[in-house]
Amino acid sequence: MAENTQQKDQASTHIELPEKYKGKYYQRFDGYSRILHLMVILSFLTLAVTGMVIKFADVAVFQFISSLLGGYEVTGFLHRVAAVLTFTYFVLHIHYLLRKRTKKKVSLKYMITGENSMVPRKQDLIELIGTFKWFLGMGPRPAYGRWTYWEKFDYFAVFWGVAVIGMTGLVLWFPEFFTSLGFPGWIINVSTIIHSDEALLATGFIFTVHFFNTHFRPDKFPMDMVIFTGSEKFEDFAEDRPRQYKILLEKGELDSRIVDAPPAWFIRTARIFGFTALTTGLLTVIMIIYSMLFVYK
Amino acid sequence: MKKNEQQLCLSCHKQASVKTFLKSSHAQSNSEGKQNATCVDCHNGSAHTINVPVTSGKESLAVCEKCHEPEAQKFESSLHGKAVLHNKLLAPTCIKCHGSHNILPPTDENSKIYVMNIPALCGSCHKEGTQVSKLSTVSQNHILEDYSESIHGEGLLKRGLIVTAVCTSCHFSHSILPHENPESSINRKNIASTCTQCHRQIESVHVKVINGELWEKEPHKIPACIDCHQPHKARRVVYQQDFRNDICMKCHSDKNLSMTVDGKKVSLFVDINEHNNSAHKDNSCIKCHTNISITNNPICLNSGKVDCSICHESQVSDYQISEHGKVSKAGNKNAPTCQSCHGKHGIMKKSNVNSPTFQTNIPELCGECHGHKTALSADPEFMDDVLIDYSMSIHGKGLLESGLTVTASCVDCHSSHRELKASDPMSAVHENNIAATCAKCHQGIYEKFRKSIHHPDVSDSDKKLPTCKDCHSSHTIERVDRNDFRQTILMQCGECHEEVTKTYFETFHGKVSILGSAKTAKCHDCHGSHNILPQYNPESTLSRENIIQTCQTCHPNSNRKFVGYLTHATHHDRKKFPILYYTFWAMTILLVTTFTFFGLHTLLWLPRSLAENKKRKQKSKKG
Repeated sequence: MAENTQQKDQASTHIELPEKYKGKYYQRFDGYSRILHLMVILSFLTLAVTGMVIKFADVAVFQFISSLLGGYEVTGFLHRVAAVLTFTYFVLHIHYLLRKRTKKKVSLKYMITGENSMVPRKQDLIELIGTFKWFLGMGPRPAYGRWTYWEKFDYFAVFWGVAVIGMTGLVLWFPEFFTSLGFPGWIINVSTIIHSDEALLATGFIFTVHFFNTHFRPDKFPMDMVIFTGSEKFEDFAEDRPRQYKILLEKGELDSRIVDAPPAWFIRTARIFGFTALTTGLLTVIMIIYSMLFVYK
Repeated sequence: MKKNEQQLCLSCHKQASVKTFLKSSHAQSNSEGKQNATCVDCHNGSAHTINVPVTSGKESLAVCEKCHEPEAQKFESSLHGKAVLHNKLLAPTCIKCHGSHNILPPTDENSKIYVMNIPALCGSCHKEGTQVSKLSTVSQNHILEDYSESIHGEGLLKRGLIVTAVCTSCHFSHSILPHENPESSINRKNIASTCTQCHRQIESVHVKVINGELWEKEPHKIPACIDCHQPHKARRVVYQQDFRNDICMKCHSDKNLSMTVDGKKVSLFVDINEHNNSAHKDNSCIKCHTNISITNNPICLNSGKVDCSICHESQVSDYQISEHGKVSKAGNKNAPTCQSCHGKHGIMKKSNVNSPTFQTNIPELCGECHGHKTALSADPEFMDDVLIDYSMSIHGKGLLESGLTVTASCVDCHSSHRELKASDPMSAVHENNIAATCAKCHQGIYEKFRKSIHHPDVSDSDKKLPTCKDCHSSHTIERVDRNDFRQTILMQCGECHEEVTKTYFETFHGKVSILGSAKTAKCHDCHGSHNILPQYNPESTLSRENIIQTCQTCHPNSNRKFVGYLTHATHHDRKKFPILYYTFWAMTILLVTTFTFFGLHTLLWLPRSLAENKKRKQKSKKG
């Protein structure tokens, strides 16, 4: 039933907001999630830079960065600190999900297949096709809900990435321990390849695809501040995620989400931090592409 | 007939001394069966003309000359003969040495001129206290005593060697002349041929002193025998001899003394104090400046350069082979000679700390030419950085900073007299010889090295094997525990082991090494250095028996599985490392798929989004 209404909504590209929401802010992310994302940014950038320094050790620009950071011992230390941070937010996030479930008293089935779930479902495939149609001018922009399919991909990319890179990273960190468990010596070599290439995938993806999808796409350019501020204008929210807006409107849950505009100092701070992070990521990916194309074999 | 004549004479001349004639050599028959001489042969020809006994030396000389002409003629020009001709009172006559009626052949033990008796015969005049000794300008003191203590005297008097030299062996019996006389057998020019009458093969004994041919062709270049083996005192050992340097110093102590060579004024002043404190202080001037001649005035005129090979034959012949010697021979004025390094009159032993050839002074000495910004450093062959490189090397620091005189200086590797270019197969630093050269000090290392796969005795590789300097370099040689060395060794090994070095750099060890990690395992940390052996050799540090222990130096918890880590792994080799190869390609496919999909996604999104933005703006403008 819900699907039918969504189908209709896809046609409507402009939404008339009730007067009470105009100029107001919609609370999209709670503090916990925002802090976790902050942890992701900090650890990920650190891991990316200090990791690439080793992967591309024979490239002059990475050698320069290595010496800038204080040499391989410092970068090695930072890499491990960031790894610990990664494991921390991973655990915290699992804890967050479990807590949320008990707090909101939702079923596990709803958590996995519901409207707000991160788990891909049939609707995502429909939206994916619809999106490509929209790209090619063959249809309207799909009415995205709580999570778009690319956001779900981002989420599981991190989930998968942390698991894979994390596990292989532990093998590389404690090779003597893992081999003493009976694993053959070559798992260290295999771990190196997986760790390194998976990291290449993660950094390459985040610093290009994620950056574009979230920040650099023309309607958000140059940056979507919502992950820092937690809230966005109702107009922007309704336009970006029409289905979620509609569901919340119908359920009457929108009122509880009205918040004041975030303070100017907070926006300014978040913008400086955000731009620093974006710049760091972009520079890193440029160096990676340069190394891949011209130096690394 | 003659016999009767003798009987006739003896019937009246019954003195015992006359009777000895019958046993004399004159009374013997010669090969023709005739008697050598009869009474009248000596006493004026015929019995009728006998007038006076032959008393004066001059008369006896004339008598003897009738038969012994060559001897007499020699005698007449000799010192003794001249004295006889001048009727000098003490002049020795023929009779004085040979006797009169009792003349015996020199082979007869009873003869005065029998070899055993000659020292006594000559000594009857030439000894201290005689009237002759008072006349002579040459000291006659202790001649007999010295002789009897000499090797000649000892041979004759104690061992009864009748082939030993006696007075007349050197001072030819009939032609005795003062040594200043060029004709004298004991003149400096002739003494060698005098001594070689007996010491025929002396060249081979003196091969270190006299360079074979020199003895024959250029005897002036070598010292006279007596310079070392003093006359009358000749021993096997060489005694200090007192050729009077003050004769030379009469002129050469003048500070203004000079000569002109090629238009340049060259000082001939000699600081005798310098010489007297030198290693050569016991040598007289003429021992080095041999080429002096009595016919010149002064006697040292045009005596030319000193030839050190007189005594230091092996060093000089090494020098002549050396690069220094070659350029010197080619006429290069800059080429170093003996004096350039050792100095001249003030020459010092290398054990003397003030000597330029003292171990710690050698780098500076060689650096005078092979140093930075010397007159010669423009020539690239002089390697003008060599001294700086050396002084920063472990050897240089050991020698110059720590003052360890056992540390290698230039000459320890390049040899001191036989320096040759490294490209010369004879050179001590030629790649075939360098290991042995280093082994002079690093013998323990060499013992390991020669059992390693890098040594030609072990390896049958046709490729060039590394020597010490390929890994350690030559002048910039470093402490192996220094970071720079640990970094550069990777490149050094990589020069030959190209592939494994490449794959090493693909691993963690290699990558962090590039980033400056000195402590991370380098080639030699695992493979060993001088003891390097292939893995299949049980002695190898990487053999199954040793590998865990080798890894444990860095990874204390190393275990059997852990050492299975592929240290030279590459994911490019499917046959050797299939797991790595397929892992890599699986990952690559994952990456390519993801990026292709989302790349396309983004590329399509961008124009659509831009178009919508434009539309919206137009709408809001209209609205």
